[in-house]
Amino acid sequence: MGQIIEFTDSGLYCPAGQFYIDPWKPVDKAVITHAHSDHARPGNGSYLCHYASTPILQLRLGDNAYQSIGWNEPIQFNGIKLSLHPAGHIIGSSQVRIEQDGEVWVVSGDYKVENDSISGAFEPVPCHTFITESTFGLPIYNWKPQADIYTDIRNWIHSNQLAGKTSVLIAYSLGKAQRVLQAIAHLTGKVFVHGAIWNTHQVLLQAGWQLPEVIRVTPELPKEAFKGQVVIAPPSADGTPWMRRFAPYSVGVCSGWMQVRGHQRRRNADAGFALSDHADWKGLLQAVKATGATKVYATHGFQAVFSRYLTEQGIEAAEVKTEYGTEEEEAITEPEKTDE
Amino acid sequence: MSNTTDHTIHMPGLGGMQQFAQLVQDLGMHTKTNDKLEALVHYFTHANDKDKVWVIALFSGRRPRRTINSTQLQTWCAEVVGLPLWLLEESYHTVGDLSETIALLIPEQNNPAVNGQPLHYYVEQFLQLEKADEATKKDFILHSWQELTSKERFVFNKLLSSTFRVGVSQSMMVNALARILQLESSVIAHRISGNWDPSTTSFDALVSGEGGSVDHSKPYPFYLAYAIEEEVAALGDPADWQAEWKWDGIRGQIIKRNGQLFVWSRGEDLITEKFPEFAALLDKLPEGVVIDGEILPVKDEQVLNFNVLQTRIGRKNVTKKHLQEAPAGLYAYDLLELDGQDIRHLSLTERRAALEILIQGLQLPFVQLSPIVTFDDWQQLTTLRESARDLNSEGLMLKRKSSAYLVGRKRGDWWKWKIDPLTIDAVMVYAQKGTGRRSNLYTDYTFAVKDGDKLVTFTKAYSGLTDKEFAQVDNFVKRNSIEKFGPVRTVKPELVFEIAFEGIAASNRHKSGVALRFPRMSRWRTDKKADEINTLDDLKKMLALYGK
Repeated sequence: MGQIIEFTDSGLYCPAGQFYIDPWKPVDKAVITHAHSDHARPGNGSYLCHYASTPILQLRLGDNAYQSIGWNEPIQFNGIKLSLHPAGHIIGSSQVRIEQDGEVWVVSGDYKVENDSISGAFEPVPCHTFITESTFGLPIYNWKPQADIYTDIRNWIHSNQLAGKTSVLIAYSLGKAQRVLQAIAHLTGKVFVHGAIWNTHQVLLQAGWQLPEVIRVTPELPKEAFKGQVVIAPPSADGTPWMRRFAPYSVGVCSGWMQVRGHQRRRNADAGFALSDHADWKGLLQAVKATGATKVYATHGFQAVFSRYLTEQGIEAAEVKTEYGTEEEEAITEPEKTDE
Repeated sequence: MSNTTDHTIHMPGLGGMQQFAQLVQDLGMHTKTNDKLEALVHYFTHANDKDKVWVIALFSGRRPRRTINSTQLQTWCAEVVGLPLWLLEESYHTVGDLSETIALLIPEQNNPAVNGQPLHYYVEQFLQLEKADEATKKDFILHSWQELTSKERFVFNKLLSSTFRVGVSQSMMVNALARILQLESSVIAHRISGNWDPSTTSFDALVSGEGGSVDHSKPYPFYLAYAIEEEVAALGDPADWQAEWKWDGIRGQIIKRNGQLFVWSRGEDLITEKFPEFAALLDKLPEGVVIDGEILPVKDEQVLNFNVLQTRIGRKNVTKKHLQEAPAGLYAYDLLELDGQDIRHLSLTERRAALEILIQGLQLPFVQLSPIVTFDDWQQLTTLRESARDLNSEGLMLKRKSSAYLVGRKRGDWWKWKIDPLTIDAVMVYAQKGTGRRSNLYTDYTFAVKDGDKLVTFTKAYSGLTDKEFAQVDNFVKRNSIEKFGPVRTVKPELVFEIAFEGIAASNRHKSGVALRFPRMSRWRTDKKADEINTLDDLKKMLALYGK
């Protein structure tokens, strides 16, 4: 049996189906796992993705030839069967299952195994070959249960309030921001958000998602409005003049990278919360084992380490170089020029 | 590992190790000096006295002797978590800190012990373990890892390691103590200096300066200078200033009290044994004297390249060969105590006059006055400064003649005015991930110059770039690495940097034949291509010129 998917300069390519998955160069037919900018890039002839991803792609990439399908709704063409399955990473995020002559390959895209109750619960998909991400493929990345992290965030907000400070939570505008919002909305009457998060929020509301109410940070809002309140802002806003209006404030960064002290210090964050939308070490191992795959390709992250460990565990594994995992989702967080 | 940093949620009465772990976390995370100070004040207000004494000891470089090495810790950790050693090493290279790596790898207990043992309990256990067999040590470490939380485990491991850098300076700790005790910080700085044993000293005795026997070895806190930032002419009338050469050696204090001689380094290490040459001072110096000076390699009244002295500093025993090849001398800067009286409040001119009488009376060739550089105007001094490198000096020191001898690094009366560094353009060939706030970023580089059509490595450098530049180079390394040797990656020789350094010396330990002093990246030469870098010949010419 040959390769159902080949690793090319433009991305993961399925020769039988004549499509690419998350290509980093413009191609004719693209299947998109999720709407983060390192996976969904502009310039492709057509886009196939999950229903929930389409409105966000539209916001980010404008009008294109989009085809949407649901999870576990196989489509067949050119002798292959293609279906999407929940990846649990962000809204709409999907694993791609491709079957050809009884051989099954699955491309994970980005995923996490803990159910965040927004993105859809990760579904282990049995396959022969599994192409997995490895963003946090080191055993030091060992997440606390999200409920505990939410408690930490709430305690932090509470102590900021006692000190008369505004709590500025840094979270990616697509995925993390909605997750954090759900966790803290009941704490305070209102949650303020940066324009980039507001834009994503509006698109999701229009698409029918039920989300807590938010107030957009605009130049008209008086400084006093933010006192002791919670603001959610994307990483690109951290450390910019846009933040000044919240003074006195405390910055809490929500990211898996915050697991390591040095990374947190580098960010100059007052607090770091290791809340991730990616699987931790145990999650990656759990996911790989659940597929029953006999061959694993590890992409973006600690692919060398992860594939070596899998090989030692008796699962044939190799690393693949991709162009994912750079500038993750920064593109969506364009600064609000009018505010500066 | 998430955290909450506001000190309002600290609860006095919680276990001492928990309190200490929180302090270390706060000090590491807070970016503003004032927040760090608050964290220290909070700690010293609430912690128990025995723990406080140990914190003062730890933060002033007095560490319990290392009884367990990092290889043992790594091996035991790999065993406990059931992971291969190579994976632990990969983790370590990414985190950049073994203590933290282990803290993260050991699984968190569901019911971590609240109200656990205090800090001093663990430190005292370490001291007791010094003579224990390996099995006993291992048993204690494994047991402690289990009962501590991740944050506590981190500081526990730190206590076992050879460094305890937690983002706090000694002077900041002194300021916090001064605030709580309502004393001048210079008084506190002096009281916690010198020889005292944290296991037997009580907090009150330490900070009141009254406890126990008199410590005759106690040095004064050093007065340090900032680099001058503006034009020297802005300092005003040249007649108000004394200029001296800035020497590149070991800043030290020579103390004679109670018929004994003590030599202290600026890092507050007692280094008397390292310099047997100085024993002759014991007979010659009068009782009750403290001299501030620079320990330098001196031969035939010439100051040699510091590199000469460096070869003997690290050695346990100083041999006859060392004494002949790298003889140490003292260049005296200042006199802090005379006839047992603290004279730091006198003016520099008065102290210098007393120093001159003292040194001239000694008649010891290896003890010299640091010569005063005479000048009439700033222009003349600027010209004189250019000749510093010929004397193996780093530049000039400018001291206000009326200045008292202050405590710590202060602006205003003393300035250092260094000569411009030497520079060379080189290409980056290897990269390794950094530590601390550079964890998981390629920030430690090795550089090469051209030798014909080959590249020859000659130095490493870790500093000088902005965070943004480091991020860009990190990205380049990740995309352009050729091979992996353990934690080191070879990269395409493409990025050119200007390397600045303070001195150059011959070395047979380096392939290039030269060793640089304080190399750092002074500029990223994005305007230069790899074939435009300097050559090994250029380096050798510099060695011939400045490498005496």
